[in-house]
Amino acid sequence: MNAPDAVVSHSRGGALGRLSDMFYRRPSILLALLLGPPLLWIGVVYVGSLLALLVQSFYSIDEFSGRIVREFTFKTYLELLRPSNLDIVLRTVLMAATVTVASATIAFPIAYYAARYARGWVKGLFFIAVMLPLWSSYLVRVYAWKLILANEGVLNWSLAKVGLSPMVEALLSLPVIGGPSLSFSYMGTFLVFLYLWLPFMILPIQAALERVPVSMLDASGDLGARPGQTFRKIIFPLALPGIVAGSIFTFSLTLGDYIAPQIVGSSRLFIGQAVYVHQGTAGNLPMAAAFSMVPIVVMAIYLWIAKRMGAFNAL
Amino acid sequence: MRFNRSDAPWRLKLAAIAGLLFLHLPLVLIFLYAFTTEEKSYQFPPPGYTLKWFAVVWERQDIWDAFMLSFKIACIATGAAIVLGTLAAAAVARTRFFGREAVSLLIILPIALPGVVTGIALRSAFDIASIPFSFWTIVLGHATFCVVVVYNNAVARLRRTSPSLLEASLDLGANSFQTFRHVLLPNLATALLAGGMLAFALSFDEVIVTTFTAGQQDTLPIWMLSELVRPRQRPVTNVVAVFVVIVTFLPILLAYYFTRGSETIAGQGK
Repeated sequence: MNAPDAVVSHSRGGALGRLSDMFYRRPSILLALLLGPPLLWIGVVYVGSLLALLVQSFYSIDEFSGRIVREFTFKTYLELLRPSNLDIVLRTVLMAATVTVASATIAFPIAYYAARYARGWVKGLFFIAVMLPLWSSYLVRVYAWKLILANEGVLNWSLAKVGLSPMVEALLSLPVIGGPSLSFSYMGTFLVFLYLWLPFMILPIQAALERVPVSMLDASGDLGARPGQTFRKIIFPLALPGIVAGSIFTFSLTLGDYIAPQIVGSSRLFIGQAVYVHQGTAGNLPMAAAFSMVPIVVMAIYLWIAKRMGAFNAL
Repeated sequence: MRFNRSDAPWRLKLAAIAGLLFLHLPLVLIFLYAFTTEEKSYQFPPPGYTLKWFAVVWERQDIWDAFMLSFKIACIATGAAIVLGTLAAAAVARTRFFGREAVSLLIILPIALPGVVTGIALRSAFDIASIPFSFWTIVLGHATFCVVVVYNNAVARLRRTSPSLLEASLDLGANSFQTFRHVLLPNLATALLAGGMLAFALSFDEVIVTTFTAGQQDTLPIWMLSELVRPRQRPVTNVVAVFVVIVTFLPILLAYYFTRGSETIAGQGK
């Protein structure tokens, strides 16, 4: 290998040329110029904001004056451990887990069909059909469910047509998941979350299934496995990294959402709403900051478990 | 043969089709409701159909203002994201350096963390720095999470662009800037365009971070949110919803068109 100096034997003319030569001789200058602006923006502005938030969570609020006391304390975190707050955390995590399992169940056949059987334009159609809802307006998609779940809306209308209304009444009379109507119950919130995050689950599962060689499935069949066995022993384990990747999205997005449960759901808060309420109307920024650490910690634990399960090795 | 290549078992087919219907029927419903004559409720089936709400929305200055604001913010945020995302992608794709993985992680962070965390972090930072909430604070927030979309597309394309192309250009006497202009940019163009389209769609529609970083400004999503929380003009909201769906569908379809046939199609992760 020649030293870079020897390679550039003839210097380029002009200021730009000299600059180019310098970039070639000292790649670190070019690297610094390339990385500088994005690092300044995200590394300083954004990460700085996150650190400021972390600091805020160690402040506390004076109950009498309502002012923020800028002294290091664990008081706010101790308040976070109150039963009413733990309820919010538990409720949100349970919802996230239910949504994740349900969306994996619905996503699997779509992803499997798209990966194994769809060819040519059908494949393109499947891709577009998943991409459009994924990227299209979040609010409009929540709004659509407000239309669907309304008492006078399409769901109740169709259920009445097929005579299933009593079943919904029975479901709504259940203690926890029920409520006055579908759009004011956990079931409604669950449906909205499921609808919102389903595309995030389909794409990674499909990507994982695309990598499963067909010959492996044929071999399994040739060796006498029934389709169910092939699914359990071959397809599912190989799709698992995709499911875990998708579940990271469904889990994280449910943990941080504060708009969907506000529009469709009961009045009991989720983590995102708690952050919003403490920050806004209550003006308790330290509490809001402490609360917003919860989804970060939950996701960190989740990712750690996923890693322990070896989900990333196969990705 | 159970696993032949051509035809799927009917139950799988049925489940896949049902899943896709679940994803799309609600959007069809949005279109249907834009034509309803019913003003006070979400009655189904609509008692009658009319085009009059489109005319009403057309006349509404506040909706036009909100639309123009969202459009401007999305354009500027996309521009910033394209510049920053391309720079970061060029650095990460071309060279190996200490902390390279950390840079990728850093760029993904704004979208990996829940929006409410990003929003409140930026809000408290603006508070501490006593920056007044304005048009530019919204742009700043949007650009932060749009960078990752451009970055993902640009990195995928740069990895497929052979380094020998650039070396050849330099050997033939072009300087770095000419090489960028005549060799690298034509290679990158469609990836950047696709990334930009997706960034635009992301910004145009963003509401969670915006509620924290906006002052008195009403972007279109914020206008919609206030209508969702307290419905006042249902038919007008219905028409705006259709409008928003169309405005976000177009860039997504374009992004698909620009990158179809390549290894990594734009938009596989949001």
